[in-house]
Amino acid sequence: MTYSVTEPTKRQKWFAGTLVILYAIITILPLAWIMMTGFKTPPDSISYPPKVYFEPSLEGYVNLFTTRTRVSQETLENLPPPQNFAEEIVRNRGMVIAGPSKFGQRFLNSVIIGFGSTFLSIFLGTLAAYAFSRFKIPLADDLLFFILSTRMMPPIAVAIPIFLMYRKLGLSDTHLGMILLYTGVNISLAVWLLKGFIDEIPREYEEAALIDGYTRFQAFYKIVLPQAATGIASTAIFCLIFAWNEYAFAVLLTSGTAQTAPPFIPTIIGVGGLDWPAVAAGATIFLLPVMIFTILLRKHLLRGITFGAVRK
Amino acid sequence: MNSHKLATASVIAIAAATFANTAQAEELTLCWAAWDPANALVELSKEFEAESGHSMSFEFVPWPNFADRMLNELNSGGQLCDLLIGDSQWIGGGAENGHYVKLNDFFDTAGISMDDFADATVYAYSTWPKGTPNYYALPAMGDANGWFYRKDWFEREDIRAAFMEQTGRELAEPASQLELLEIAQFFQGREIDGNTVYGAAIFTERGSEGITMGVTGALYPWGFKYENTPGSYDMEGAVNSPEAVEALEFYKEFYQTATPPGYTNAYMGESLDAFKSGQVAMAMNWFAFFPGLYADPGVGGDKIDFFVNPPQNNAGSTLGGQGISVVSYSDKQDAALEYIAWFAQPEVQAKWWGLGGYSAHNSVLNDPGFEASAPFAGDFLVAMQDVKDFWQEPVYAELLLSMQKRMHDYVVADQGTAQEALDLLIQDWTEVFEDEGKL
Amino acid sequence: MSDKTINRVAKATPRRLARKVRGLSDRAITWIFVGPTIFLLLAINIFPLIWTINLSFTNFKANRINRAVDYIGLRNYERILTDGDIWLSMQATAHFLFWTIFFQVLIGFTLAWLINRKFKGNDIWTTIIVLPMMLSPAVVGNFWTFLYQPQIGLFNYVVAFFTGADPSSFEMLGSVDLAPWSIVIVDTWMWTPFVMLICLAGLRSIPDYIYEAAEVDRASKLRQFFTITIPMVMPFLMLAVLFRGIENFKMFDLVVQLTGGGPGSTTELASINLKREAFEKWRTGYSSAFAIILFVTVFGLASIYVKALNKVKER
Repeated sequence: MTYSVTEPTKRQKWFAGTLVILYAIITILPLAWIMMTGFKTPPDSISYPPKVYFEPSLEGYVNLFTTRTRVSQETLENLPPPQNFAEEIVRNRGMVIAGPSKFGQRFLNSVIIGFGSTFLSIFLGTLAAYAFSRFKIPLADDLLFFILSTRMMPPIAVAIPIFLMYRKLGLSDTHLGMILLYTGVNISLAVWLLKGFIDEIPREYEEAALIDGYTRFQAFYKIVLPQAATGIASTAIFCLIFAWNEYAFAVLLTSGTAQTAPPFIPTIIGVGGLDWPAVAAGATIFLLPVMIFTILLRKHLLRGITFGAVRK
Repeated sequence: MNSHKLATASVIAIAAATFANTAQAEELTLCWAAWDPANALVELSKEFEAESGHSMSFEFVPWPNFADRMLNELNSGGQLCDLLIGDSQWIGGGAENGHYVKLNDFFDTAGISMDDFADATVYAYSTWPKGTPNYYALPAMGDANGWFYRKDWFEREDIRAAFMEQTGRELAEPASQLELLEIAQFFQGREIDGNTVYGAAIFTERGSEGITMGVTGALYPWGFKYENTPGSYDMEGAVNSPEAVEALEFYKEFYQTATPPGYTNAYMGESLDAFKSGQVAMAMNWFAFFPGLYADPGVGGDKIDFFVNPPQNNAGSTLGGQGISVVSYSDKQDAALEYIAWFAQPEVQAKWWGLGGYSAHNSVLNDPGFEASAPFAGDFLVAMQDVKDFWQEPVYAELLLSMQKRMHDYVVADQGTAQEALDLLIQDWTEVFEDEGKL
Repeated sequence: MSDKTINRVAKATPRRLARKVRGLSDRAITWIFVGPTIFLLLAINIFPLIWTINLSFTNFKANRINRAVDYIGLRNYERILTDGDIWLSMQATAHFLFWTIFFQVLIGFTLAWLINRKFKGNDIWTTIIVLPMMLSPAVVGNFWTFLYQPQIGLFNYVVAFFTGADPSSFEMLGSVDLAPWSIVIVDTWMWTPFVMLICLAGLRSIPDYIYEAAEVDRASKLRQFFTITIPMVMPFLMLAVLFRGIENFKMFDLVVQLTGGGPGSTTELASINLKREAFEKWRTGYSSAFAIILFVTVFGLASIYVKALNKVKER
């Protein structure tokens, strides 16, 4: 075996591995706790000492998707037997299901606004990135830096005039308004990332195509786009995650119709007191897609979070 | 004025509709806070749906976010809510900024008289400018801050004896603020049935209005006034009077010596939690919760009783409660007014009280059977006689936020003295009124 | 197949039109491609910015539509710069900024250095460590308030387990002394992986032959670390600090959910203060001025920093 100075020894590896795994476990603990709490009953969730072993229950999820009212014991006894497990759980707490909660609708809003703004950002961003990558644009560098600098504004600062503007245009608390806003914020990320991806595609392909009689647009559509597909996909996921997680604009500019999940989840309360299992259930449903995306994205993660500054 | 015209037009439409019964079926959205009475209102409203053909949907926001989100909604001219049960302090802004429809003409046409509602509630929930016959809401829910306690503990011989020994008097509902504190301190840290319990749950919340609502519960009985002469905005000597300083020091002592540990940011929900889990002997909270507490399987029934915020130099309770208004940005104002007309009927008001909503209608309150209808009903009448509200100015939000900050800085974060906190508060408020051109 | 079709179509197109399409194409396409983006940025970013600057010279209040609006010159700026509460919120921001960056750089770099020992399965563990930073700060922050509960919270319990203290004896979010640290802890938990990833990229960019050369020169490992590793990673690290700096200067969602600025005003960061002024007190003109001041501060600090960064890169 050849000796290498840069290859760590076995003991070093073992030591490093142990420390990193220890950190990983600590860091994942709060997330694991969220998911666990979602399957606890409310009393279990606030027991002391915190329960690690517990009988799993779907009460949190039932509470997340329903609204309930407390009824008297007699009413409860006179009701027909429960139709499903959800009713049974609720009745055991001396309550009846009054109707669906708003969570489903808020989650759907997140989906609509997230995907809508992602599609728009990618569509516009790809076009602009291609132009920045391939053509001479007067003041291109300044323009690019300017696009980036808009992300330095605290969201609340941007929200003040947007609030006034939307009030005038009737866009407050609408899906369209939120899609446009998130696109406006995301597009800088999209342009920067996509420009990087497109820069990496050799120009020769297009030039050959142009000589073959393709128009510019055809060359873009038929040559560049397929080549940039992975780049576009990972950029899209980044835009989606941003829109998905965004809180400040959502809490200030939406109140009901277009409210997304992040401002809604913290306001989930139970009947009399905070209902942590329901909050945890909502958080789990909301966070899980992002965790999966993160794992899928791991190769491009660095690039996405640094605006393409570090490409690895 | 625009909204005025609209109101007039809608009144005519309503009158026509009542006679011809050809009103279009609408889906109305009613916005309120998410709490027990809101669930009762959903129950009550089913009758309206059946009678009118309109359908109701509800947007209930938890209290800590309620003001923030609803005021934001109004200020952005949003159409989410057709009907809004807004907090009493919003009336000034609601009227002056044109968020609420003025209801005078509608009341006249629909035959609703404000004389049928308790004076204090009409004054607080409906009128702007204060006390003038300009109505922007119908009193929907009377409320005040009151107290409840573990009657079963108060009745136990061993506890009574211990209290007697320690204080030389019988353990009973407190007759003054100082007695209240004494009782709370007596329970603080005491072992009852193997659990350590604490004195009382009070309001200390920072984000919305919690600590202000709690502190004023001490300030008012000590004789606190916002102005030397009403309407003059001269606060020096009133807001920071020696009585006010004493009351504020009292509240801080209460917080430090008689509340559960970690009680730094508590409002309605935390107060209920603490009481229901058997952690505290007493708790302050809004009367609105009392029906739910009385019905609670764990600590309700025989185990609970209620009392009005005790007097000190005089009687005084912090006002809660709301009026119901029609939002001027709604395009279903006719149907919304129909709802109010329905809600104002004495029979509906009686059912409202039956379901746990505090009706402000005289026919309910003056009914001979009212006091006996619930263990807290009599207390409610007493409390409502001496209620005081926070500023209801259109700039109330600024005034409230300043008070939240100064009170929390002093009581919870333990910065400065009571005198300094109140002096700073006057400074803040003066600045606000100067910006308004009122000073 | 389709290529041929295109060719045929291209040939069939009248020459003048074809030249028009092709001749104009580059230029026209540039503007067609860039135009919508620029328009959107103007509408969502630039126009509002100009409007904010304009508002900052007025006494406008967005909740008082019927009130006359006056231009009051620099009065808003004057008030902000002389307001003690604003300075307190800037101090809170500085505390938060400094300590989060300090811990994240320290832990992030260490982790990256350890991961770079290339032990078996390191990429799986790296992915797990990265998870928190991709999640919604509002939702996660909200849940941390539960972990921080005095008795029942996991955080207090774990701390109590290792220190022997009573888990109800300290309150992370409610105590004046601990609250500023509670937000530092959560932010560090969330964003350390960000610094770690960037450092890792830096470490991996160092070619092996440099170490080999150092080994030939019999430089000690410690010496190698300080003369090769640190300087080579420095530009990456500084970039990470830039990003974290800008992000945490704007910090809003996480801390709002955790402490809401309390207790008192101990964790009231600049953004939270701004939100109170703008959307709770509705002092639109005043808060616009505050927003501009914040923007200029970030922009100025970032520009100076980028200059320094470039100098480090050149070395």
